[in-house]
Amino acid sequence: MQLNELKAVDYLNMVKSREISVEEVVRDIFQQIDRIEHTLKAYLFINLEEALSEAKKMDRRIKDNDIPPLAGLPVAIKDNICIKGMETTCASRILKGFIPPYDATVTSRIKDAGAIIIGKTNLDEFSMGSTTKNSAFQVTLNPWDINRVPGGSSGGSAVTVASHETLIALGTDTGGSVRVPASFCGIVGIKPTYGRISRYGVISSSSSLDQVGILSKGVKDTAMLMNIISGYDPLDSTSSHISVPDFLLSCTGEGIKDLKFAVPKEFFKQELNIEVKERVADSLNKILKLGGEIEEISLPNLEYALSAYSIIAMAEASSNLAKFDGIQYGLRMEGSGDLEDMYLKTRSEGFGSEVKRRLILGTYFLSSGHYEDYYLKAKKIRNLIRKDFENIFQKYDLIIGPTTPIPPFEIEERIDNQLTMLLADTYTIPVNLAGLPALSINCGFTSKERLPVGLQIIGGPFQEEKMLRVAYNLEQELKEINTVEPNLLF
Amino acid sequence: MESNTVIGLEIHIQLLTDSKIFCNCSTDYIDREPNSHTCPVCLGLPGALPVLNKKVVELALKTALALNCHINRTNIFHRKHYFYPDLPKGYQISQHDQPLAVNGFLEIEMEEPLENKKIRINRIHMEEDAGKLIHLEKDGAAVCSLVDYNRSGIPLLEIVTEPDIQSPQEAIVFLQKLRNIVQYLGVCDGNLESGSMRCDANISIREENSGRLGTKTEIKNMNSFKAIKEALDYEVMRQRKLIEQGDKVSQETRRWDEESGETVFMRSKERAQDYRYFPEPDLLPLTIEQSWIDGIKKNIPELPAERKERFMVDYHLSGYDANRLVEVKPLGDYFEKAAKSYNNYKKLANWILGELLHYLGEENIGMEKSPVSPSALVGLLKLIDQDVISVKIAKNIFEQMFKTGQSAAVLVQNSGFTQISNEKEIDGIIRIVLRDNPETVQDFASGKEKAIHFLVGQVMRHTKGRAQPDMVLNLIKERITEI
Ligand SMILES: [Zn+2]
Repeated sequence: MQLNELKAVDYLNMVKSREISVEEVVRDIFQQIDRIEHTLKAYLFINLEEALSEAKKMDRRIKDNDIPPLAGLPVAIKDNICIKGMETTCASRILKGFIPPYDATVTSRIKDAGAIIIGKTNLDEFSMGSTTKNSAFQVTLNPWDINRVPGGSSGGSAVTVASHETLIALGTDTGGSVRVPASFCGIVGIKPTYGRISRYGVISSSSSLDQVGILSKGVKDTAMLMNIISGYDPLDSTSSHISVPDFLLSCTGEGIKDLKFAVPKEFFKQELNIEVKERVADSLNKILKLGGEIEEISLPNLEYALSAYSIIAMAEASSNLAKFDGIQYGLRMEGSGDLEDMYLKTRSEGFGSEVKRRLILGTYFLSSGHYEDYYLKAKKIRNLIRKDFENIFQKYDLIIGPTTPIPPFEIEERIDNQLTMLLADTYTIPVNLAGLPALSINCGFTSKERLPVGLQIIGGPFQEEKMLRVAYNLEQELKEINTVEPNLLF
Repeated sequence: MESNTVIGLEIHIQLLTDSKIFCNCSTDYIDREPNSHTCPVCLGLPGALPVLNKKVVELALKTALALNCHINRTNIFHRKHYFYPDLPKGYQISQHDQPLAVNGFLEIEMEEPLENKKIRINRIHMEEDAGKLIHLEKDGAAVCSLVDYNRSGIPLLEIVTEPDIQSPQEAIVFLQKLRNIVQYLGVCDGNLESGSMRCDANISIREENSGRLGTKTEIKNMNSFKAIKEALDYEVMRQRKLIEQGDKVSQETRRWDEESGETVFMRSKERAQDYRYFPEPDLLPLTIEQSWIDGIKKNIPELPAERKERFMVDYHLSGYDANRLVEVKPLGDYFEKAAKSYNNYKKLANWILGELLHYLGEENIGMEKSPVSPSALVGLLKLIDQDVISVKIAKNIFEQMFKTGQSAAVLVQNSGFTQISNEKEIDGIIRIVLRDNPETVQDFASGKEKAIHFLVGQVMRHTKGRAQPDMVLNLIKERITEI
């Protein structure tokens, strides 16, 4: 076994007990990157030299018994999270050349804990998409089938984890951007409660929906990194003061007999792929076997979620992306010397077509005369959806269902694919609208194409511990399928 | 055709906090190296988030309470979108339909006609200031524009009046009173020239018989009270002329041009800018507890109107003098410091409003930096009261005190300006004067009463003003009757 195939918690144990050195692991990672990255195209920037020198430094620290919690853990970071001195583009031409003079709070927290940053990963431009095809720079491929998308928008982060080009990765989730790629790449992806993790330094797509998430090879890895990056940040007014538990305590032998699960019937409508349905049903049986109680419930306002989400996400994005005007940083097209002309040319040249489409719609939704009809109505629906969830969580501990209605689809756009693509995040979007935590874990594969299927576990506000506990128990039950790896022979 | 002038004001004041409204950068930005007082937040860098400075809310509440406003307990910040290089985020964080305060008023006193008048305050809200553009020129041609973001994120309060103001003079009285209040509250230094207080005006002319509001224009770029007065006078005249000619006033924004003394067209308001306001998702709604409001209410300092009343009662000053003393806070403070050790209040007020203001104005020195301290002035006045020097000499001494910073006692000592109260000494001088002016003496003796004043003047000249005029007059009368 190559050292880059280690899970993060196993790595930490072995490094701390000096069985392996940080440098060995980092070298194995770069070897893997060397071997497959030109095919998968998951990284936008690879931090080779700095990572190696950091690894050497960390080995010396460990030798001196100065062992920080993350002890050189190799981490990949989605390219919409600021790292001081490292180009951050959001996979957009408009930010080409932007080098943040500061670290995002999550960046500084993992750096302070001793992590090593392997590189910046690809995404759909400004997180707008669920395929990682909408990057201005490259299309990232799914390691399970390179003709298929890895999901998005944190597709780059998911692929680096699934193909062992890092040990763990950070992503962001606005409408499923961590969970969908986790599902499509057969790994664990968590989107914590809105406010659980600071957004400071995360380039906003839609401020009220965005949340930093983790992509990992196992539930314990997720819990371990949650411990490091969670918690109130004075630099983010929307971050929560709620205390942070030790999430690793959720990954113990404690069972799930005390837990009640709700399965929304809206997640099992005709659009649901039959094989996805079967794999999720298998998991539900496992939960029953473990002593969990399951009931079917209804979330009546779910059918409006996509419309409400689109309006809120696009409206906020149109505002958040107004700052990209060519004045201070990034791309500037000089134009005719006239200010307005410079704005027009810069933004026309700098943004991709999907981003433009959303900015135009978002601007429309906020414009006077339309604000009440769109944005305000969408906010009302959002409240209804939030109430639906609140009602459920009064009686049940967790909601469970598929992460996506379909397995990873082909990159080549076909007409019937367009609809499928729109469906990809229908089960993840409501969670962001309600600000809830959710996690996707692999629960098996489609029979013919052997494509990963994700199970989504949704918790009440700040109920990540319960989610992790269930995920950990399922992971133990599903050990045989969890050892299946993508064959990276391309 | 009868018509009325209708003016509404929009005033921006920079709040005197130590740090900016949404970050920790210092607000001490004037004359600093460009972009030296900035951080990711006030530069609007991608990923940076605002955190509200509570001190801003405190100063804003103080102002709103002093202006008799209703405080909204739930405040929402909104984003106001427009593109301009000095606005780094593409939007300004401001307030929209849930501002800090609404429905206030400020009472002003007009002299002609003499009346007290309430100017209603429509709303007060908090927002952030923008950066500043610097246009570089070479040989008179524009080379490039640079942006200095030191001002970006300075806390602002926008105060909007109802269109209750009926003349440019009223606007000035209102603004002076408002400035006075914010200075008293310590929330703003109220400097129009440096831009810590800015005023835009909406003006229209209402035809009396129709009662309809006329089309209004907005006037910008008025950087002093003088400019405001002139700009408003000009604009009122311009609009009246248009209406008299049967033309229409068009809805537009105009700029006051100091050099030409005209308001000039800036942009049309017919295609109204759509700011696409929506609630700032990066900030939580701000809930203002009643206890916070009560606490601030308790700590609001004495305001000019109350102080004026107190000056009239405690110091028996006329309304006019009291008003002038409280008009500028440091002036009132100066008076009160001096009044602690001097009880001829009328005389004290006269000296402060006369000599002191005269020299301060001449040298363009602020009250706080007066070279003559309140106790020094009292020292001088006491010398007059003790007949050590005459009023005339005191004025001379005051000028020297102002220039040298020395005390009256020292200056009087050194210059031998002490009053001659010795009758014998004066008597000698009188004899010389009478001897040298026999005709004038004759005139007086023959009934020309006024002739004596010439003789008194001569004595004063000989004594270099060191004699007491009353004593001189009496002595001259005595001597002449003796003759
Ligand atoms: Zn700042």
